[in-house]
Amino acid sequence: MRGLLPFLASRLFRAAVALWLVSTVVFIVMRLSGDPVPLLLPPDAPRSEIFRVRAELGLDRPLPVQYVVFLGHVLRGDFGHSIHFRQPAFRVVLGYLPATFELGLTAFALALLVAVPIGVVSAVRRNTPIDHAAMGLALVGQSAPTFFIGILLILIVSLNLGLLPTSGRESWRHLVLPALTLGAFAMASIARLTRSAVLEVLRADYIRTARAKGVSEALVVTKHTLKNAAVPIVTITGLQFGTLLGGAVVTETVFAWPGIGRLAIQSIYNRDYPIVQCTVFLSAVLFIVINFCVDLVYGLLDPRVRAS
Amino acid sequence: MALGGGVFVVVLIVTALAAPAIAPYDPIRQSLRARLAAPTLAAADGKAHLLGTDHLGRDVLSRTIYGARVSLLVGFAAVVVGGLVGATLGLLAGFRGGWADSVIMTLADAQLAFPFILLAIGIIAVLGPSFSTLIVVIGLSGWVTYARVLRSQVLVLRSYEFVDAIHALGGSVARVIARHILPNVLSSLVVIATLELARAIVLEATLSFLGLGVQPPTPSWGGMVHEGREYLDSAWWISTAPGIVLMLTSIIVSRTGDWLRDLLDPTLRGE
Repeated sequence: MRGLLPFLASRLFRAAVALWLVSTVVFIVMRLSGDPVPLLLPPDAPRSEIFRVRAELGLDRPLPVQYVVFLGHVLRGDFGHSIHFRQPAFRVVLGYLPATFELGLTAFALALLVAVPIGVVSAVRRNTPIDHAAMGLALVGQSAPTFFIGILLILIVSLNLGLLPTSGRESWRHLVLPALTLGAFAMASIARLTRSAVLEVLRADYIRTARAKGVSEALVVTKHTLKNAAVPIVTITGLQFGTLLGGAVVTETVFAWPGIGRLAIQSIYNRDYPIVQCTVFLSAVLFIVINFCVDLVYGLLDPRVRAS
Repeated sequence: MALGGGVFVVVLIVTALAAPAIAPYDPIRQSLRARLAAPTLAAADGKAHLLGTDHLGRDVLSRTIYGARVSLLVGFAAVVVGGLVGATLGLLAGFRGGWADSVIMTLADAQLAFPFILLAIGIIAVLGPSFSTLIVVIGLSGWVTYARVLRSQVLVLRSYEFVDAIHALGGSVARVIARHILPNVLSSLVVIATLELARAIVLEATLSFLGLGVQPPTPSWGGMVHEGREYLDSAWWISTAPGIVLMLTSIIVSRTGDWLRDLLDPTLRGE
Protein backbone atom coordinates (compact mmCIF):
# COMPACT_ATOMS: atom_id res chain seq x y z
CA MET A 1 0.00 0.00 0.00
CA ARG A 2 3.00 2.32 -0.19
CA GLY A 3 2.34 5.48 -2.09
CA LEU A 4 -1.39 5.31 -1.56
CA LEU A 5 -1.51 8.18 0.93
CA PRO A 6 0.31 10.76 -1.21
CA PHE A 7 -1.80 9.62 -4.17
CA LEU A 8 -4.95 10.11 -2.12
CA ALA A 9 -3.79 13.50 -0.91
CA SER A 10 -3.03 14.78 -4.41
CA ARG A 11 -6.39 13.60 -5.74
CA LEU A 12 -8.18 15.13 -2.77
CA PHE A 13 -6.38 18.43 -3.37
CA ARG A 14 -7.35 18.40 -7.03
CA ALA A 15 -10.99 17.70 -6.16
CA ALA A 16 -10.98 20.56 -3.65
CA VAL A 17 -9.51 22.98 -6.21
CA ALA A 18 -12.11 21.95 -8.78
CA LEU A 19 -14.92 22.53 -6.28
CA TRP A 20 -13.56 25.91 -5.25
CA LEU A 21 -13.27 26.94 -8.92
CA VAL A 22 -16.83 25.88 -9.64
CA SER A 23 -18.19 27.83 -6.67
CA THR A 24 -16.17 30.89 -7.66
CA VAL A 25 -17.43 30.77 -11.24
CA VAL A 26 -20.98 30.37 -9.95
CA PHE A 27 -20.49 33.40 -7.70
CA ILE A 28 -19.02 35.57 -10.47
CA VAL A 29 -21.74 34.60 -12.93
CA MET A 30 -24.48 35.30 -10.41
CA ARG A 31 -23.05 38.75 -9.67
CA LEU A 32 -22.64 39.50 -13.38
CA SER A 33 -26.33 38.86 -13.83
CA GLY A 34 -27.20 42.02 -11.94
CA ASP A 35 -29.56 42.67 -9.09
CA PRO A 36 -31.87 39.73 -8.31
CA VAL A 37 -34.02 41.80 -5.91
CA PRO A 38 -36.51 43.17 -8.49
CA LEU A 39 -37.22 39.53 -9.45
CA LEU A 40 -38.16 38.72 -5.87
CA LEU A 41 -40.52 41.62 -5.35
CA PRO A 42 -43.67 42.79 -7.10
CA PRO A 43 -42.92 45.40 -9.79
CA ASP A 44 -44.56 48.23 -7.80
CA ALA A 45 -42.58 47.61 -4.59
CA PRO A 46 -41.45 50.85 -2.88
CA ARG A 47 -37.76 51.77 -2.85
CA SER A 48 -37.54 51.27 0.90
CA GLU A 49 -38.68 47.68 0.45
CA ILE A 50 -36.05 47.08 -2.26
CA PHE A 51 -33.34 48.42 0.06
CA ARG A 52 -34.58 46.28 2.93
CA VAL A 53 -34.48 43.05 0.89
CA ARG A 54 -31.12 43.99 -0.56
CA ALA A 55 -29.70 44.40 2.95
CA GLU A 56 -31.40 41.19 4.06
CA LEU A 57 -29.65 39.25 1.28
CA GLY A 58 -26.35 40.96 2.08
CA LEU A 59 -26.14 42.53 -1.39
CA ASP A 60 -25.26 45.94 0.06
CA ARG A 61 -21.94 44.67 1.39
CA PRO A 62 -18.56 44.83 -0.42
CA LEU A 63 -18.01 42.08 -3.03
CA PRO A 64 -15.16 40.30 -1.20
CA VAL A 65 -17.34 40.05 1.92
CA GLN A 66 -20.22 38.73 -0.19
CA TYR A 67 -17.85 36.18 -1.70
CA VAL A 68 -16.72 34.87 1.70
CA VAL A 69 -20.31 34.75 2.97
CA PHE A 70 -21.31 32.92 -0.23
CA LEU A 71 -18.59 30.29 0.23
CA GLY A 72 -19.75 29.80 3.81
CA HIS A 73 -23.32 29.28 2.65
CA VAL A 74 -22.24 26.85 -0.06
CA LEU A 75 -20.33 24.77 2.48
CA ARG A 76 -23.52 24.48 4.52
CA GLY A 77 -25.64 23.61 1.49
CA ASP A 78 -27.50 26.93 1.70
CA PHE A 79 -28.31 28.23 -1.78
CA GLY A 80 -31.15 30.50 -0.76
CA HIS A 81 -34.87 30.14 -1.35
CA SER A 82 -36.40 28.96 -4.60
CA ILE A 83 -38.53 31.73 -6.04
CA HIS A 84 -40.84 29.28 -7.78
CA PHE A 85 -41.19 26.53 -5.16
CA ARG A 86 -41.04 28.83 -2.08
CA GLN A 87 -38.75 26.36 -0.32
CA PRO A 88 -35.01 26.15 0.33
CA ALA A 89 -33.39 25.48 -3.06
CA PHE A 90 -31.24 22.69 -1.67
CA ARG A 91 -34.27 20.77 -0.40
CA VAL A 92 -36.08 21.11 -3.75
CA VAL A 93 -33.07 19.83 -5.69
CA LEU A 94 -32.58 16.89 -3.31
CA GLY A 95 -36.17 15.88 -4.02
CA TYR A 96 -35.41 15.58 -7.74
CA LEU A 97 -32.16 13.71 -7.25
CA PRO A 98 -33.51 10.12 -6.93
CA ALA A 99 -35.04 10.24 -10.42
CA THR A 100 -31.70 11.31 -11.90
CA PHE A 101 -29.89 8.55 -10.01
CA GLU A 102 -32.41 5.97 -11.20
CA LEU A 103 -31.95 7.05 -14.80
CA GLY A 104 -28.17 7.38 -14.57
CA LEU A 105 -27.59 4.01 -12.93
CA THR A 106 -29.92 2.21 -15.35
CA ALA A 107 -28.26 3.86 -18.35
CA PHE A 108 -24.89 2.90 -17.01
CA ALA A 109 -25.82 -0.71 -16.26
CA LEU A 110 -27.45 -1.02 -19.68
CA ALA A 111 -24.37 0.42 -21.39
CA LEU A 112 -22.06 -2.04 -19.63
CA LEU A 113 -24.29 -5.06 -20.21
CA VAL A 114 -24.59 -4.36 -23.92
CA ALA A 115 -21.16 -2.90 -24.67
CA VAL A 116 -18.77 -5.37 -23.06
CA PRO A 117 -20.14 -8.49 -24.82
CA ILE A 118 -20.28 -6.59 -28.12
CA GLY A 119 -16.70 -5.43 -27.70
CA VAL A 120 -15.49 -8.94 -26.90
CA VAL A 121 -17.35 -10.52 -29.83
CA SER A 122 -16.04 -7.82 -32.16
CA ALA A 123 -12.47 -8.49 -31.06
CA VAL A 124 -12.71 -12.25 -31.26
CA ARG A 125 -14.47 -12.11 -34.65
CA ARG A 126 -12.52 -9.14 -35.92
CA ASN A 127 -12.93 -8.04 -39.53
CA THR A 128 -16.09 -10.07 -39.94
CA PRO A 129 -19.43 -8.47 -40.86
CA ILE A 130 -20.46 -8.67 -37.17
CA ASP A 131 -17.41 -6.64 -36.18
CA HIS A 132 -17.93 -4.05 -38.92
CA ALA A 133 -21.61 -3.64 -38.10
CA ALA A 134 -21.01 -3.31 -34.36
CA MET A 135 -18.18 -0.82 -34.74
CA GLY A 136 -20.07 1.19 -37.35
CA LEU A 137 -22.97 1.48 -34.95
CA ALA A 138 -20.58 2.44 -32.16
CA LEU A 139 -19.18 5.27 -34.29
CA VAL A 140 -22.68 6.60 -34.86
CA GLY A 141 -23.43 6.29 -31.14
CA GLN A 142 -20.31 8.24 -30.28
CA SER A 143 -20.86 11.16 -32.60
CA ALA A 144 -24.65 11.47 -32.87
CA PRO A 145 -26.10 14.20 -30.65
CA THR A 146 -27.84 12.75 -27.59
CA PHE A 147 -31.02 14.74 -28.05
CA PHE A 148 -31.52 13.51 -31.60
CA ILE A 149 -30.97 9.88 -30.58
CA GLY A 150 -33.78 10.44 -28.09
CA ILE A 151 -36.05 12.01 -30.72
CA LEU A 152 -35.39 9.13 -33.15
CA LEU A 153 -36.14 6.52 -30.48
CA ILE A 154 -39.41 8.26 -29.60
CA LEU A 155 -40.33 8.50 -33.26
CA ILE A 156 -39.55 4.88 -34.13
CA VAL A 157 -40.11 2.87 -30.95
CA SER A 158 -42.93 4.83 -29.31
CA LEU A 159 -44.88 6.49 -32.10
CA ASN A 160 -44.41 4.11 -35.03
CA LEU A 161 -44.15 0.76 -33.29
CA GLY A 162 -46.13 1.77 -30.20
CA LEU A 163 -43.89 -0.36 -27.97
CA LEU A 164 -42.93 2.04 -25.18
CA PRO A 165 -44.27 5.30 -23.70
CA THR A 166 -42.83 8.61 -24.94
CA SER A 167 -42.36 10.42 -21.63
CA GLY A 168 -42.90 10.52 -17.90
CA ARG A 169 -41.80 8.31 -15.02
CA GLU A 170 -44.31 5.71 -13.96
CA SER A 171 -43.17 2.14 -14.62
CA TRP A 172 -40.02 0.41 -15.82
CA ARG A 173 -41.34 0.79 -19.36
CA HIS A 174 -40.90 4.55 -19.05
CA LEU A 175 -37.28 4.02 -18.13
CA VAL A 176 -36.13 2.03 -21.18
CA LEU A 177 -35.88 4.74 -23.87
CA PRO A 178 -34.35 7.45 -21.65
CA ALA A 179 -31.79 4.96 -20.33
CA LEU A 180 -30.89 3.86 -23.88
CA THR A 181 -30.56 7.49 -25.00
CA LEU A 182 -28.45 8.54 -22.05
CA GLY A 183 -26.34 5.40 -22.23
CA ALA A 184 -25.75 5.50 -26.00
CA PHE A 185 -22.51 7.46 -25.87
CA ALA A 186 -21.08 5.44 -22.99
CA MET A 187 -22.17 2.22 -24.69
CA ALA A 188 -20.38 3.14 -27.90
CA SER A 189 -17.20 4.23 -26.12
CA ILE A 190 -17.08 1.16 -23.88
CA ALA A 191 -17.69 -1.20 -26.82
CA ARG A 192 -14.87 0.35 -28.85
CA LEU A 193 -12.48 0.33 -25.93
CA THR A 194 -13.33 -3.25 -24.93
CA ARG A 195 -12.64 -4.35 -28.48
CA SER A 196 -9.21 -2.72 -28.59
CA ALA A 197 -8.31 -3.84 -25.05
CA VAL A 198 -9.23 -7.46 -25.85
CA LEU A 199 -7.35 -7.31 -29.17
CA GLU A 200 -4.30 -6.04 -27.34
CA VAL A 201 -4.37 -8.92 -24.85
CA LEU A 202 -5.07 -11.53 -27.54
CA ARG A 203 -1.72 -10.62 -29.10
CA ALA A 204 0.19 -11.22 -25.84
CA ASP A 205 2.69 -14.03 -25.45
CA TYR A 206 0.87 -15.67 -22.58
CA ILE A 207 -2.21 -16.09 -24.74
CA ARG A 208 -0.12 -17.90 -27.32
CA THR A 209 1.27 -20.06 -24.51
CA ALA A 210 -2.23 -20.82 -23.28
CA ARG A 211 -3.32 -21.82 -26.78
CA ALA A 212 -0.16 -23.91 -27.23
CA LYS A 213 -0.98 -25.71 -24.00
CA GLY A 214 -4.27 -26.69 -25.60
CA VAL A 215 -6.58 -24.45 -23.59
CA SER A 216 -9.91 -24.17 -25.38
CA GLU A 217 -10.67 -20.94 -27.21
CA ALA A 218 -13.62 -20.22 -24.95
CA LEU A 219 -11.43 -20.48 -21.85
CA VAL A 220 -8.73 -18.35 -23.46
CA VAL A 221 -11.23 -15.56 -23.99
CA THR A 222 -13.12 -15.75 -20.70
CA LYS A 223 -10.35 -16.62 -18.28
CA HIS A 224 -7.08 -15.37 -19.71
CA THR A 225 -8.13 -12.38 -21.77
CA LEU A 226 -11.00 -10.64 -20.00
CA LYS A 227 -9.22 -10.45 -16.69
CA ASN A 228 -6.26 -8.68 -18.22
CA ALA A 229 -8.33 -6.43 -20.42
CA ALA A 230 -10.33 -5.29 -17.39
CA VAL A 231 -8.14 -2.40 -16.20
CA PRO A 232 -8.57 -0.05 -19.19
CA ILE A 233 -12.25 -1.02 -19.36
CA VAL A 234 -12.77 -0.11 -15.70
CA THR A 235 -11.10 3.27 -16.26
CA ILE A 236 -13.08 4.39 -19.25
CA THR A 237 -16.23 3.06 -17.60
CA GLY A 238 -15.63 5.20 -14.55
CA LEU A 239 -14.99 8.28 -16.65
CA GLN A 240 -18.15 7.62 -18.66
CA PHE A 241 -20.17 7.53 -15.48
CA GLY A 242 -19.28 11.12 -14.72
CA THR A 243 -20.09 12.26 -18.24
CA LEU A 244 -23.56 10.76 -17.95
CA LEU A 245 -24.48 13.62 -15.62
CA GLY A 246 -24.03 16.15 -18.43
CA GLY A 247 -26.13 14.03 -20.78
CA ALA A 248 -28.86 13.77 -18.17
CA VAL A 249 -29.82 17.41 -18.73
CA VAL A 250 -30.63 16.70 -22.37
CA THR A 251 -32.16 13.25 -21.89
CA GLU A 252 -34.43 14.34 -19.06
CA THR A 253 -35.65 17.27 -21.14
CA VAL A 254 -36.42 15.08 -24.17
CA PHE A 255 -38.34 12.48 -22.16
CA ALA A 256 -39.88 14.80 -19.52
CA TRP A 257 -38.06 12.77 -16.88
CA PRO A 258 -38.46 14.54 -13.51
CA GLY A 259 -34.80 14.71 -12.46
CA ILE A 260 -32.42 17.55 -11.65
CA GLY A 261 -31.39 18.09 -15.28
CA ARG A 262 -34.91 18.94 -16.37
CA LEU A 263 -35.38 20.92 -13.17
CA ALA A 264 -32.34 23.03 -14.07
CA ILE A 265 -33.66 23.83 -17.55
CA GLN A 266 -37.15 24.64 -16.28
CA SER A 267 -35.69 26.83 -13.55
CA ILE A 268 -33.82 28.79 -16.20
CA TYR A 269 -37.12 29.43 -17.98
CA ASN A 270 -38.68 30.41 -14.61
CA ARG A 271 -35.66 32.62 -13.79
CA ASP A 272 -35.38 30.67 -10.56
CA TYR A 273 -31.66 31.28 -10.12
CA PRO A 274 -31.20 29.72 -6.64
CA ILE A 275 -32.30 26.39 -8.12
CA VAL A 276 -30.06 26.75 -11.19
CA GLN A 277 -27.13 27.60 -8.95
CA CYS A 278 -27.84 24.68 -6.66
CA THR A 279 -28.22 22.09 -9.44
CA VAL A 280 -25.05 23.22 -11.18
CA PHE A 281 -23.14 23.11 -7.94
CA LEU A 282 -24.58 19.80 -6.75
CA SER A 283 -23.89 18.14 -10.12
CA ALA A 284 -20.33 19.41 -9.94
CA VAL A 285 -19.93 17.92 -6.47
CA LEU A 286 -21.38 14.59 -7.63
CA PHE A 287 -19.19 14.53 -10.71
CA ILE A 288 -16.05 15.30 -8.74
CA VAL A 289 -16.87 12.77 -6.00
CA ILE A 290 -17.53 10.06 -8.61
CA ASN A 291 -14.28 10.78 -10.42
CA PHE A 292 -12.44 10.78 -7.10
CA CYS A 293 -13.87 7.34 -6.27
CA VAL A 294 -12.94 6.05 -9.73
CA ASP A 295 -9.38 7.29 -9.25
CA LEU A 296 -9.29 5.64 -5.86
CA VAL A 297 -10.51 2.28 -7.12
CA TYR A 298 -8.11 2.53 -9.99
CA GLY A 299 -5.22 3.34 -7.67
CA LEU A 300 -6.10 0.31 -5.55
CA LEU A 301 -6.39 -1.98 -8.58
CA ASP A 302 -3.25 -0.91 -10.36
CA PRO A 303 -0.23 0.12 -8.25
CA ARG A 304 1.44 1.69 -11.28
CA VAL A 305 -1.12 4.50 -11.30
CA ARG A 306 -0.09 5.70 -7.86
CA ALA A 307 3.45 6.28 -9.00
CA SER A 308 2.54 8.63 -11.82
CA MET B 1 -13.59 8.07 -46.90
CA ALA B 2 -11.36 11.06 -46.37
CA LEU B 3 -12.22 12.45 -49.75
CA GLY B 4 -15.90 11.98 -49.01
CA GLY B 5 -15.49 13.81 -45.70
CA GLY B 6 -13.70 16.71 -47.34
CA VAL B 7 -16.29 16.96 -50.12
CA PHE B 8 -19.10 16.90 -47.56
CA VAL B 9 -17.57 19.76 -45.56
CA VAL B 10 -16.96 21.82 -48.70
CA VAL B 11 -20.54 21.25 -49.86
CA LEU B 12 -21.76 22.30 -46.43
CA ILE B 13 -19.71 25.49 -46.48
CA VAL B 14 -20.88 26.36 -49.99
CA THR B 15 -24.47 25.65 -48.96
CA ALA B 16 -24.14 27.96 -45.98
CA LEU B 17 -22.52 30.76 -47.98
CA ALA B 18 -24.92 30.50 -50.89
CA ALA B 19 -28.02 29.83 -48.79
CA PRO B 20 -30.05 32.73 -50.27
CA ALA B 21 -29.39 31.42 -53.79
CA ILE B 22 -29.99 27.73 -53.02
CA ALA B 23 -32.91 27.83 -50.60
CA PRO B 24 -36.22 27.71 -52.47
CA TYR B 25 -37.99 30.09 -50.04
CA ASP B 26 -37.42 32.64 -47.31
CA PRO B 27 -36.67 30.53 -44.19
CA ILE B 28 -38.71 32.70 -41.82
CA ARG B 29 -41.67 33.48 -44.04
CA GLN B 30 -44.81 31.95 -42.61
CA SER B 31 -47.64 30.59 -44.66
CA LEU B 32 -50.64 29.77 -42.53
CA ARG B 33 -52.44 28.01 -45.37
CA ALA B 34 -49.60 25.49 -45.73
CA ARG B 35 -49.04 24.62 -42.08
CA LEU B 36 -47.64 21.17 -41.27
CA ALA B 37 -47.65 20.11 -44.93
CA ALA B 38 -45.96 16.77 -45.55
CA PRO B 39 -43.11 16.66 -48.09
CA THR B 40 -44.93 17.48 -51.32
CA LEU B 41 -44.66 19.04 -54.76
CA ALA B 42 -47.86 21.04 -54.34
CA ALA B 43 -48.97 22.14 -50.89
CA ALA B 44 -52.13 24.06 -50.00
CA ASP B 45 -50.36 27.30 -50.91
CA GLY B 46 -49.64 25.87 -54.35
CA LYS B 47 -45.88 25.60 -53.77
CA ALA B 48 -43.50 22.65 -53.64
CA HIS B 49 -42.11 21.83 -50.18
CA LEU B 50 -39.66 18.99 -50.71
CA LEU B 51 -39.15 18.47 -46.96
CA GLY B 52 -42.58 19.71 -45.90
CA THR B 53 -43.42 22.72 -43.74
CA ASP B 54 -43.46 23.35 -40.01
CA HIS B 55 -46.21 24.48 -37.61
CA LEU B 56 -46.01 28.03 -39.00
CA GLY B 57 -45.96 26.93 -42.62
CA ARG B 58 -42.26 27.69 -43.07
CA ASP B 59 -40.36 25.59 -45.60
CA VAL B 60 -38.29 22.95 -43.77
CA LEU B 61 -35.78 22.55 -46.61
CA SER B 62 -35.06 26.29 -46.71
CA ARG B 63 -34.72 26.39 -42.94
CA THR B 64 -32.36 23.41 -42.92
CA ILE B 65 -30.20 25.08 -45.59
CA TYR B 66 -30.07 28.34 -43.62
CA GLY B 67 -29.44 26.33 -40.45
CA ALA B 68 -26.04 25.35 -41.85
CA ARG B 69 -25.04 29.01 -41.52
CA VAL B 70 -25.59 29.06 -37.76
CA SER B 71 -23.91 25.69 -37.21
CA LEU B 72 -20.83 26.53 -39.23
CA LEU B 73 -20.55 30.12 -38.03
CA VAL B 74 -20.76 29.18 -34.36
CA GLY B 75 -18.65 26.07 -34.96
CA PHE B 76 -15.76 27.78 -36.72
CA ALA B 77 -15.85 30.87 -34.48
CA ALA B 78 -15.82 28.69 -31.36
CA VAL B 79 -12.85 26.72 -32.72
CA VAL B 80 -10.98 29.99 -33.32
CA VAL B 81 -11.78 31.29 -29.81
CA GLY B 82 -10.82 28.00 -28.16
CA GLY B 83 -7.69 27.69 -30.30
CA LEU B 84 -6.46 31.22 -29.56
CA VAL B 85 -7.09 30.97 -25.83
CA GLY B 86 -5.68 27.44 -25.62
CA ALA B 87 -2.60 28.22 -27.72
CA THR B 88 -1.80 31.38 -25.77
CA LEU B 89 -2.19 29.68 -22.40
CA GLY B 90 -0.24 26.63 -23.58
CA LEU B 91 2.68 28.75 -24.83
CA LEU B 92 2.61 30.81 -21.66
CA ALA B 93 2.62 27.71 -19.46
CA GLY B 94 5.46 26.17 -21.44
CA PHE B 95 7.72 29.22 -21.63
CA ARG B 96 7.10 30.73 -18.21
CA GLY B 97 6.93 27.50 -16.22
CA GLY B 98 6.72 28.02 -12.46
CA TRP B 99 3.52 29.34 -10.98
CA ALA B 100 2.01 30.37 -14.34
CA ASP B 101 2.37 26.77 -15.50
CA SER B 102 0.87 25.39 -12.27
CA VAL B 103 -2.10 27.75 -12.37
CA ILE B 104 -2.87 27.10 -16.03
CA MET B 105 -2.57 23.34 -15.75
CA THR B 106 -4.64 23.24 -12.55
CA LEU B 107 -7.32 25.21 -14.37
CA ALA B 108 -7.17 22.72 -17.24
CA ASP B 109 -7.49 19.78 -14.85
CA ALA B 110 -10.37 21.42 -13.05
CA GLN B 111 -12.20 22.09 -16.29
CA LEU B 112 -11.75 18.51 -17.44
CA ALA B 113 -13.04 17.38 -14.05
CA PHE B 114 -16.42 18.87 -14.81
CA PRO B 115 -19.17 18.30 -17.36
CA PHE B 116 -18.86 21.64 -19.11
CA ILE B 117 -22.39 21.64 -20.48
CA LEU B 118 -23.69 22.23 -16.95
CA LEU B 119 -21.52 25.29 -16.52
CA ALA B 120 -22.43 26.47 -20.02
CA ILE B 121 -26.10 26.18 -19.12
CA GLY B 122 -25.56 28.14 -15.92
CA ILE B 123 -23.63 30.92 -17.66
CA ILE B 124 -26.04 31.25 -20.59
CA ALA B 125 -29.00 31.15 -18.23
CA VAL B 126 -27.70 34.20 -16.45
CA LEU B 127 -26.17 36.18 -19.30
CA GLY B 128 -29.01 35.40 -21.69
CA PRO B 129 -28.54 33.60 -24.99
CA SER B 130 -26.87 35.51 -27.81
CA PHE B 131 -24.52 34.69 -30.67
CA SER B 132 -21.48 36.10 -28.93
CA THR B 133 -22.17 34.41 -25.58
CA LEU B 134 -22.68 31.14 -27.41
CA ILE B 135 -19.40 31.43 -29.31
CA VAL B 136 -17.39 32.40 -26.24
CA VAL B 137 -18.89 29.70 -24.02
CA ILE B 138 -18.53 26.93 -26.61
CA GLY B 139 -15.05 28.17 -27.53
CA LEU B 140 -13.87 28.25 -23.94
CA SER B 141 -15.17 24.74 -23.39
CA GLY B 142 -12.47 23.46 -25.74
CA TRP B 143 -9.23 25.30 -24.96
CA VAL B 144 -7.63 22.57 -22.85
CA THR B 145 -6.46 20.21 -25.60
CA TYR B 146 -4.74 22.98 -27.56
CA ALA B 147 -3.00 24.23 -24.42
CA ARG B 148 -1.72 20.78 -23.50
CA VAL B 149 -0.31 20.02 -26.94
CA LEU B 150 1.46 23.39 -27.26
CA ARG B 151 2.81 23.26 -23.74
CA SER B 152 4.35 19.84 -24.18
CA GLN B 153 5.84 20.90 -27.51
CA VAL B 154 7.43 23.94 -25.84
CA LEU B 155 8.81 21.78 -23.04
CA VAL B 156 10.39 19.43 -25.57
CA LEU B 157 11.93 22.25 -27.61
CA ARG B 158 13.18 24.18 -24.61
CA SER B 159 15.53 21.35 -23.80
CA TYR B 160 17.27 21.60 -27.17
CA GLU B 161 20.51 23.51 -27.44
CA PHE B 162 19.57 25.29 -30.63
CA VAL B 163 16.89 27.18 -28.71
CA ASP B 164 19.54 28.42 -26.29
CA ALA B 165 21.64 29.31 -29.30
CA ILE B 166 18.82 31.39 -30.77
CA HIS B 167 18.46 33.22 -27.49
CA ALA B 168 22.21 33.74 -27.29
CA LEU B 169 22.21 35.21 -30.78
CA GLY B 170 19.53 37.64 -29.74
CA GLY B 171 16.54 35.82 -31.31
CA SER B 172 13.25 36.64 -29.64
CA VAL B 173 10.72 34.28 -28.10
CA ALA B 174 8.35 35.23 -30.91
CA ARG B 175 10.90 33.94 -33.40
CA VAL B 176 11.20 30.63 -31.59
CA ILE B 177 7.43 30.32 -31.58
CA ALA B 178 6.97 31.25 -35.24
CA ARG B 179 9.90 29.35 -36.72
CA HIS B 180 10.21 26.29 -34.52
CA ILE B 181 7.14 25.63 -32.43
CA LEU B 182 4.26 26.35 -34.78
CA PRO B 183 5.61 24.27 -37.69
CA ASN B 184 6.03 21.36 -35.29
CA VAL B 185 2.53 21.49 -33.87
CA LEU B 186 0.65 22.56 -36.97
CA SER B 187 -0.53 19.08 -37.88
CA SER B 188 -1.64 18.40 -34.29
CA LEU B 189 -3.53 21.68 -34.27
CA VAL B 190 -5.32 20.83 -37.51
CA VAL B 191 -6.41 17.48 -36.07
CA ILE B 192 -7.61 18.99 -32.80
CA ALA B 193 -9.42 21.81 -34.60
CA THR B 194 -11.31 19.32 -36.81
CA LEU B 195 -12.42 17.22 -33.85
CA GLU B 196 -13.30 20.40 -31.95
CA LEU B 197 -15.40 21.61 -34.88
CA ALA B 198 -17.58 18.52 -34.65
CA ARG B 199 -17.90 18.95 -30.90
CA ALA B 200 -18.73 22.67 -31.19
CA ILE B 201 -21.44 22.04 -33.80
CA VAL B 202 -23.08 19.39 -31.62
CA LEU B 203 -22.83 21.57 -28.50
CA GLU B 204 -24.42 24.53 -30.32
CA ALA B 205 -27.23 22.30 -31.57
CA THR B 206 -27.72 20.87 -28.08
CA LEU B 207 -27.91 24.31 -26.47
CA SER B 208 -30.29 25.52 -29.19
CA PHE B 209 -32.41 22.41 -28.64
CA LEU B 210 -32.61 23.29 -24.94
CA GLY B 211 -33.70 26.81 -25.86
CA LEU B 212 -30.41 28.31 -24.68
CA GLY B 213 -28.74 28.75 -28.05
CA VAL B 214 -29.75 30.58 -31.18
CA GLN B 215 -33.13 32.16 -30.64
CA PRO B 216 -36.12 31.93 -32.99
CA PRO B 217 -36.96 32.82 -35.66
CA THR B 218 -33.34 32.34 -36.82
CA PRO B 219 -33.25 28.76 -38.11
CA SER B 220 -30.74 26.46 -36.41
CA TRP B 221 -30.71 22.68 -36.61
CA GLY B 222 -31.01 22.17 -32.84
CA GLY B 223 -33.76 24.75 -32.58
CA MET B 224 -35.68 23.12 -35.44
CA VAL B 225 -35.53 19.69 -33.79
CA HIS B 226 -36.88 21.38 -30.67
CA GLU B 227 -39.73 23.08 -32.54
CA GLY B 228 -40.71 19.86 -34.27
CA ARG B 229 -40.74 17.85 -31.07
CA GLU B 230 -44.37 18.60 -30.30
CA TYR B 231 -45.39 17.51 -33.79
CA LEU B 232 -43.45 14.22 -33.91
CA ASP B 233 -46.74 12.39 -34.00
CA SER B 234 -48.29 14.31 -36.89
CA ALA B 235 -45.39 16.00 -38.71
CA TRP B 236 -42.25 13.95 -38.16
CA TRP B 237 -40.33 15.72 -40.93
CA ILE B 238 -39.90 18.97 -38.98
CA SER B 239 -37.46 17.40 -36.49
CA THR B 240 -36.06 14.63 -38.62
CA ALA B 241 -34.76 16.63 -41.58
CA PRO B 242 -32.46 18.99 -39.64
CA GLY B 243 -31.64 16.23 -37.14
CA ILE B 244 -30.35 13.86 -39.79
CA VAL B 245 -28.27 16.58 -41.44
CA LEU B 246 -26.82 17.46 -38.03
CA MET B 247 -26.06 13.83 -37.24
CA LEU B 248 -24.37 13.30 -40.61
CA THR B 249 -22.32 16.46 -40.17
CA SER B 250 -21.19 15.41 -36.72
CA ILE B 251 -20.28 11.87 -37.79
CA ILE B 252 -18.49 12.90 -40.98
CA VAL B 253 -16.53 15.79 -39.47
CA SER B 254 -15.36 13.74 -36.50
CA ARG B 255 -14.48 10.79 -38.74
CA THR B 256 -12.45 13.17 -40.90
CA GLY B 257 -10.69 14.31 -37.71
CA ASP B 258 -9.94 10.69 -36.76
CA TRP B 259 -8.62 10.03 -40.22
CA LEU B 260 -6.43 13.15 -40.18
CA ARG B 261 -5.09 12.11 -36.80
CA ASP B 262 -4.08 8.67 -38.02
CA LEU B 263 -2.51 10.24 -41.07
CA LEU B 264 -0.71 13.23 -39.56
CA ASP B 265 -0.14 12.50 -35.96
CA PRO B 266 -0.59 9.00 -34.57
CA THR B 267 0.78 10.15 -31.20
CA LEU B 268 -2.47 11.98 -30.49
CA ARG B 269 -4.38 8.71 -30.25
CA GLY B 270 -6.25 8.31 -27.00
CA GLU B 271 -6.32 12.03 -26.19
